[in-house]
Amino acid sequence: MRRTGSRAWLLWLLPLAFLLFFFYQPLLAIFRQVFSERFNQGWQFFSWDLLTRPLGFTLWQAFLSTLLTLLIGLPAAYLFARFDFPGRKGLRTVSLLPFILPTVVVATAFNTLIGPRGWLNILLMNLFNLSSQPINLLNSLSAILLAHVFYNTSIVIRMVGNALTRLNPHYDEAARVLGANSWRVFKEVSFPLLMPSILGAALLVFLFDFTSFGVVLMLGGPQYATMEVEIYNQAMNRLNLPMAGLLSIVQLAFTLIITLLQNQVNNPRYGKAALSSERNTLVKPKTRLQKLTIVLLSLLVIILFVTPILSLVSRSLVTFEATRGERGEIETGLTFRYYSELFQNRTGSIFYANPLAAVRNSLVFSLLTMLIATSLGLVSAYALASSGKFTRWLEPLFMLPLGASAVILGLGFLITFNRSPWNSGPFPMLIPIAHSLIALPFAIRTILPAILGIPNSLREVARVMGAKPWKVFREVDFPVLLRSIIVSLAFSFTISLGEFGASSFLSSPQTPTIPVLIYRYISQPGALNYGQALAMSTLLLLTSAAGSLLIEKIRLPGEELF
Amino acid sequence: MLRVEEIYKDYDGKPLLKGISFEVRQGELVCLLGSSGSGKSTMLRIIAGLEEPKSGRVFWNNLDYTQKSTHQRGFGLMFQDYALFPHRTVAENVAFGPRMAGRSKAEIDASVEKALATIHMQEFANRSVIELSGGEQQRVALARALAPDPCLLMLDEPLGALDHNLRTELLKDLRKRLHDSKKPVIYVTHDQEEAFALADRLLLLNEGRMVQKGAPEMVFKQPANAWVASFLGLGNLVPGRVIASNQVETELSTLELAVPAELAPGTQCMLLLRPQDALLGERATSLPGHLRAVVRDSVFQGDYYRLEVLVGSTLLQVHSQEDFEINQPLSLAWSQSTLQCLPLLGTAP
Repeated sequence: MRRTGSRAWLLWLLPLAFLLFFFYQPLLAIFRQVFSERFNQGWQFFSWDLLTRPLGFTLWQAFLSTLLTLLIGLPAAYLFARFDFPGRKGLRTVSLLPFILPTVVVATAFNTLIGPRGWLNILLMNLFNLSSQPINLLNSLSAILLAHVFYNTSIVIRMVGNALTRLNPHYDEAARVLGANSWRVFKEVSFPLLMPSILGAALLVFLFDFTSFGVVLMLGGPQYATMEVEIYNQAMNRLNLPMAGLLSIVQLAFTLIITLLQNQVNNPRYGKAALSSERNTLVKPKTRLQKLTIVLLSLLVIILFVTPILSLVSRSLVTFEATRGERGEIETGLTFRYYSELFQNRTGSIFYANPLAAVRNSLVFSLLTMLIATSLGLVSAYALASSGKFTRWLEPLFMLPLGASAVILGLGFLITFNRSPWNSGPFPMLIPIAHSLIALPFAIRTILPAILGIPNSLREVARVMGAKPWKVFREVDFPVLLRSIIVSLAFSFTISLGEFGASSFLSSPQTPTIPVLIYRYISQPGALNYGQALAMSTLLLLTSAAGSLLIEKIRLPGEELF
Repeated sequence: MLRVEEIYKDYDGKPLLKGISFEVRQGELVCLLGSSGSGKSTMLRIIAGLEEPKSGRVFWNNLDYTQKSTHQRGFGLMFQDYALFPHRTVAENVAFGPRMAGRSKAEIDASVEKALATIHMQEFANRSVIELSGGEQQRVALARALAPDPCLLMLDEPLGALDHNLRTELLKDLRKRLHDSKKPVIYVTHDQEEAFALADRLLLLNEGRMVQKGAPEMVFKQPANAWVASFLGLGNLVPGRVIASNQVETELSTLELAVPAELAPGTQCMLLLRPQDALLGERATSLPGHLRAVVRDSVFQGDYYRLEVLVGSTLLQVHSQEDFEINQPLSLAWSQSTLQCLPLLGTAP
């Protein structure tokens, strides 16, 4: 118990009310939608095919993506955690960057690499003097897998690498002294001790791949629909809300199971015992095999993580189009046109989405999200840090939103709040609220460890010396928490800025956000639309990268983000 | 028999071990004693093959082991934090060594049984090691280290992680077990009580150099230099200067004693005045050149009183059979044979 007794439950009120109204109510609405339709109309809306096809594909691609991610992530994690080599820090930062990148940016980046207008095609066309694009990796399973690996390898590197650096080196050494050779040390000691973190990372990666939306929508094309994409499709294109609801329920059940499994493997009884505060020291690679592996893996990291980013940025600055009317003649050159076009309003059409308006929308939403998520996160973290009866009962309620995807949230909001006062007026308040729900778990996880880290005796000393409760917070807690609060602000801002799933449900044609507008641009034909999508993606990339670097700089070392 | 020759090792670019040589004979228990950071643990890690020396060699029975892999050496090492495998039970931890040696299932079971019986922990066999108390973990770690029947046993501060009462209790226990094992043992510690209680021979390490080797009694009686006397807490150390082969000048007075031959006149030295050898009152006044002191403090210690006395501007500790009043004047002397003149640095046999 960190605060004195009876008033702790008051802390629960605000975040609890917020969650009940904005998370559990929409969730309930989805259930109600499905079952009232079932009783009124029977199963007309339902077909097995609509459920099994996306479910099967979702599981299959998540399995493949996870496997590939581990295949690259585990050696990379080992490399970064154990060896000292030139460029290690830079490569590690690069490999950790994707985690925070918005899905639309990643999808666009891969589009500029392997899409019809991408560098790979341009290169092949130039090399062999072709008049049409020879390959199209877009709208394929490979594109989805590639993007998922790009995204989630950072999770493996972070989680497993962290466990590797904190694993007490004496275990390996004790095994060696007891007569175990390198292989048996690995098989009998290191691997079993790392297993919980490997499994934990694998399940988290699987969860992210399972709930992937933006990447699949933009790189998979119509024939590769995951559950999330199918929910979106049923709700927004087919207007079959009950089916979308049913898919959401199945999806939610699966994510819940994965999350529960994850909690299971994350708490092995020996987890804490195996980790020491003593850090393993890095060693210089010695054998030729080690050096070769390091070079190859570094190359792989560069190809996988740097190429798509460079490809996006460079492609946004280059025009490469057949001149109108003259087939085969290709106009090439450096250009800032895609950027300058962002600031010009060319049509009076109501469907014309003004990029500047999108930037303004996104900034307003992100600032609001930042404030809502962080203040709710702060209060929730204090509530969770108190160890009353309430905590045990209510903690699961707080952590459940983690399992709900942005798309389900969007659908729930659509069903629940598609009435006044929510949908009226020029300002869609729902988007920052949805974003806050998505960012809240991250905010809590950033702030809670810092609160738990403040010794209660510090507060007691302040109280004994006559500080009032507010003063105690101001003088003791706040200075310690400041760092975490800034991280939480930056984190929720960045999450909101790049959020696509919920926004795609909730933004109206007149009030798009930046990611929604990028998606709209890139799905339309025409070089200019394509270029503008790239230009916006590049700007979003830079903002997110800046946010990510800021977070890495100020967050306390060893803090877990998941 | 273990022999290490001229071991040098750098740590973070600074020299940590500066030419360490010693031997451990069959059945001998050797204590490697030194303050923290003196390189004791690193010495063990080099013998175990966990770290490579910058130069120097490690021999076992006259075979050069310097380049041999750790797992092929057949030595045992017990870590200060015990490093019991947390994902394995007590019995599995003990069975690890015999299993790696490729013994048969029956042999492994037998050796585990025997090892657990010696530490009286048979009923703990299937417990998880993380449920054990500190003392139990220490016993299991020792059983695990002994189970594969190592030809040399090394212990790195085996009692360091335990609280004081438990240490005293386990020290007796450990002494019996180590002697019963009849194996050569290197025992690393910074605690001189442990070292005196256990060792057949002491090796004292200071700033990367072997300062003194010898039986505990010998080290106690003949500390090689001022650092050894100070580290072992042997008594008052008063700086002085040799002025003749039988005279040392100090801030107390000029004292007469036998000065070792290697300390030529003019050399700076330290006088060791042991509290328990101090002569007080009338027994002092009969000696020529006795000191005039004033009592500053007196603490009852059971068998004696520990007095803090001021001689001129120097505070000294002496033991007394009777109590004294604070500020009471006192005559004080040491007989010539109990005074020792120690070099500031340097080694003794």
